[in-house]
Amino acid sequence: MSAFTAIGEEREIDREEFTPGVEPQPTWCPGCGDFGVLKALKQAMPEVGRTPDETMLVTGIGCSGKLSSYFESYGYHSIHGRSLPIARAAKLANPGLEVIAAGGDGDGYGIGGNHFMHTARENHDITYIVFNNEIFGLTKGQTSPTSPKGHKSKTQPHGSAKDPVRPLSLSLASGASYIARTAAVNPQQAKEILVEAMEHDGFAHVDFLTQCPTWNKDAGEYVPYTDVQESDEFDFDITDRREAADMMYETESRLWEGEVLTGRFYHDAERPSYSEEKQAIGEMPEEPVAERYFDEDAEWERTADELIDRHT
Amino acid sequence: MTDDTLMWRIAGGSGDGIDSTSQNFARALMRAGLDVFTHRHYPSRIRGGHTYVEVRASDTPVRSRGDGFNFLLALGDSFARNPQDDAYYGNEELKPLTEQLDDLNEGGVIVYDTGQLDEEEIAQTDLDERAEENDWHVYPMDLRNLAREHGRDVMRNTAGVGVTAALVDMDVSYFKDLVREAMSGDVMEANLEILDAAYERAQELDQTHDLTVPSGSHDGEQALMTGSNAIAYGALDAGCRFISGYPMTPWTDVFTIMAQNLPKFGGVSEQVEDEIAAAALAIGASHAGVKAMSGSSGGGFALMSEPLGLAEMTETPVVLVEAMRAGPSTGMPTKSEQADLDFVLYTSQGDSCRVVFAPANVTEAYEQTRAAFRIAYEYQLPAIVLYDQKLGGEMRNVSADFFDREPNPSLGSTLTEEELAEAAHHESGKFRRFRHDGEDGVSPRSIPGQKGGRFLATGNESNEVGHICEDPDNRVAQMDRRMRKLDAIRTDLDEEESSHQTYHGPTGAEYGILTFGSQQDTVFEAVDRLNELGHDVKALGVSDLMPYPEMEVTAFLESVEECLVVEMNASGQFRGLTQRELGRFGPKLSSLLKYDGEPFEPGEIVDGFEASVDGDQPSAGNLKYVPAAGD
Repeated sequence: MSAFTAIGEEREIDREEFTPGVEPQPTWCPGCGDFGVLKALKQAMPEVGRTPDETMLVTGIGCSGKLSSYFESYGYHSIHGRSLPIARAAKLANPGLEVIAAGGDGDGYGIGGNHFMHTARENHDITYIVFNNEIFGLTKGQTSPTSPKGHKSKTQPHGSAKDPVRPLSLSLASGASYIARTAAVNPQQAKEILVEAMEHDGFAHVDFLTQCPTWNKDAGEYVPYTDVQESDEFDFDITDRREAADMMYETESRLWEGEVLTGRFYHDAERPSYSEEKQAIGEMPEEPVAERYFDEDAEWERTADELIDRHT
Repeated sequence: MTDDTLMWRIAGGSGDGIDSTSQNFARALMRAGLDVFTHRHYPSRIRGGHTYVEVRASDTPVRSRGDGFNFLLALGDSFARNPQDDAYYGNEELKPLTEQLDDLNEGGVIVYDTGQLDEEEIAQTDLDERAEENDWHVYPMDLRNLAREHGRDVMRNTAGVGVTAALVDMDVSYFKDLVREAMSGDVMEANLEILDAAYERAQELDQTHDLTVPSGSHDGEQALMTGSNAIAYGALDAGCRFISGYPMTPWTDVFTIMAQNLPKFGGVSEQVEDEIAAAALAIGASHAGVKAMSGSSGGGFALMSEPLGLAEMTETPVVLVEAMRAGPSTGMPTKSEQADLDFVLYTSQGDSCRVVFAPANVTEAYEQTRAAFRIAYEYQLPAIVLYDQKLGGEMRNVSADFFDREPNPSLGSTLTEEELAEAAHHESGKFRRFRHDGEDGVSPRSIPGQKGGRFLATGNESNEVGHICEDPDNRVAQMDRRMRKLDAIRTDLDEEESSHQTYHGPTGAEYGILTFGSQQDTVFEAVDRLNELGHDVKALGVSDLMPYPEMEVTAFLESVEECLVVEMNASGQFRGLTQRELGRFGPKLSSLLKYDGEPFEPGEIVDGFEASVDGDQPSAGNLKYVPAAGD
C-alpha cells in the first residue's frame, strides 16, 4: 500500500478546498492580475481531479511567489528563480504528485532563465505558470526582462535599451511540449488552459499576462484580447513547430504594440516526459523512490554486497 | 629523510595511463600483504602535462605520503607537444623524468623508457652528475620496444611494472592475476607476455641498488579505496538515493561514482545545468521524501550558497559535499588546499545553522558521510562533508570487513500518515510543521502526498504552519528553536560511542599539534617521528567543525603548554575558528601553514615543529610559521 494515500484518491473535489484557512484573503493590490491566476487555478483543480494533499506548488519570489500562501496544497515558497529545479526534483522523487511551479517574469525569464531553458529541454511532467506583468512589482516598478524596449523606470531612467525576452519562442526553442498564453482578464480561457497544462504529460508552460495596476499602468489590463484559436485572422497548427514558431513571434511582436493575442501555441502530445525517458534507459525505478522509505519490508542494497569486491 | 618502505613513483603524460597503472600496482602490493597509500599529482589538462602517482608500501601501517620517494619509473610524456608548437615550455617529453629528481631520495632507483625518451637529450641534462652525487641507480630500459615485441606501444606501462617487480624482488604473479581479472583475449595474453619478458630482462641487469619490497600479511581481505569512493559508499549505505550535480574537479569523482551506481541501487542521478540547480534539486527531492545529496568544489559550492540558506530556513534535510582545491577563484584546479573552511561554515545570508564534518581518511570519510545523513535527517538541516583533492584522490587499503554494515534508510524526524493523523494541526487543517516547542529544536515533518500533512515551506520567516510571519515573538521562538538544534547535535555527537576527533601520541605530552581534515594522518606520522627524536608531543585531529567540539578541544589544549596548528591555507582559518569558538588559548596557538598546492609531507611537519620550538621559520619546503598571538 502506498505511504501517500492522498495520491490518486478518487473523490468529489470542491474548489473551496484550495482556499487556505490561514490566509484566505490575498494581500495583492486591488485590481492585480494575480487574483486571476489564483481563481483560475482553484477552478482548474477539481476538473483535473487533484486534491490539495496530492498537489505540490513551488513558487519563486515576488508578488507571484505569494501564490503558495493563498492556495491550499503542499507549498514550497522558494528563492528567486529557483522554483523549477525544486519542482522537478519533487516530481522525480514522487511522480504521483501533481507538481506546479509558479513565478513572475523576472523570476522565470530573468534570474531563473537557465532553469527555464533546461527544464523545458528535459520535458519534466510539471506545469509552469509565469505571471507576466512586464514589470518588477514587489520591488516597486523596475524594468523586467519582458518590459518593452524604451520602458522607463528608476533603474532605467533613459528607457530600456533592450528588446524584451520572447517567452513563447524561448520556450519552444528550449523544448517545452505545451505552450500557451492566457490573461488574467480572461478567466474562462485561463482555467481551460491550466487544465490542459496539468493534464499534459510533459513540460507545460503557461505565460500568464497579469496586469499590474500599481507599477505598470502603461500595460493596461491586457484588453481587448484575441483568442488565436477563435479568431479568423489566424490559422495555424499547434502541433507544427514551424507554424507555432511563426505564430509565437507574431504574438510577441504584437504585444509590444499593444495588441493582446492569447491561446494555445504549441502542443506535442507524443513526446515522452523526462521520467519516461529516464525509466526507458534504466535510470529511474518504476516505483516512486519516495515510497521505499516508508516500506518497512523494503530491501536496501548494501555496498558490501555490490561494490566492495571490485576493490579487493 | 628516508625510511625502509617502497615509495614508487610512476610519471608520464596525462593520458599515458599513469592512474590505472598505479592503481594496479598498489592493488598488487596490497594483495601481497602490504599496506599501501597513494598520492596523485596531475595538471589541469586533458592530455600531456606532467603527471605522477606515488605508491607508498610497507609491512607496517602507512597512512600518509612519505618524504620524497625512492623509485622512479619515468615513462616520458607521449603527448608532449612538439618544440615547433607555439605553446611549448621546455622539453616536455623529458619532464616526467627531470621534474621528479628534486624529490628523489638518496640511493634511489630510476628506470626510464629509452623507447620514448631520447638518450642524447638525456645526456644533455644533469642526470648523470646528480645520480653520482646522490648515489642513484639508473636503469635505462627500452620499454616501448619491449611492449611492441609482444603487443602494442601503449603497453609500455606493463613493461615498466614488470621491470619494477624484478628490481624490487617482488613476485610478478600478483600483477599477472590483475591482468587476468581485468582483460581478456589477445590483450590479456600480450600483457602477460610483456610482464614476463620485462621481468626477465630486468633480472639480467647488473643491479647495484639496495631496495626490496618487504614481505607482509594482512589479517583479513583488504579493499583499496579512495576518499571519493568512501564518501559515495557512505552515502549509499546511508540510504541516499538521489544525487544532483554539475561536474567540477575534484568533486566530480564522488558524483561519477554515485551516477554509475545509483541506478542499480534503485536511485536517481541528475546532471543539471548549474550548481544552483544541483543544490535546489537535492532540496526538492529531500522535501518530497528521498534521502538526497549534492556537492561541488569551491566555485560551484559558491553557487549553492542561496539554496543552502533555503535548506536551513525551510529545515529541509540535505547532505552536500565540498571538495576543496586551491583557491581563490579558479585557483589551481587539481591541487590540494584547505582554504574553503570559513566559506563553507558561513556562506549564505543570516546565522549559519548547519553541520560540517571534515573526515581525515577513507574510514572517516565513510563514517562521517553516514553521520552527515543521519544528523541531516534527524535534525532537518544541511550537513556538509568537507574534504579536498588530497583525500578524494588518494587510495589506501582498508579491511573489506569494515564495509560490512547495515544500511540506514531512516528519514529521521519524518512522520508516517498514521502518525500524522495523531499530530497537531492548525484549525485551518494545516499541519503544524514548525512547532515552537519541538524537542531538541526539531519539529517533525510530513511529506507531500501524505494525507493531512499540508504545510507551507518558505524561505521567509514563518509561523507554525509555515506561513510568512514577521511577528517579533514568533521570530525569536523560531530562530531560537532552529539554533537549538546545533546544541542538541553537539550533545548527540558527544554521546556517540566513538568521537569524530582522533587522538595520537603520548597522552601526557607537553606539546600539542592540532589539525583538521585530510592532514591528520600525516601529522600523526610526524608525531611518531618527533617522539622518536625525543620531543614530547601529541596530536588531535578534528573533524567536527560545526558544531565545534568544544569540550574535546578545550581539554586537549588545557593539557599542553603550547600547540602548533597545522593546516593547508594561508590565513590559519582553523586556528581562527578554534580561537573564535573557545574564546581563549590565543597565546598557546601558533600555525604551520602550507599553500603551495601540495599536501604536507610528514618530514615537513617534523621540520616545522622543530623550527617552531625556537620560533624560527622552517628551513625546507614552502612552509610558513606564524607565532602565537603576543609572541
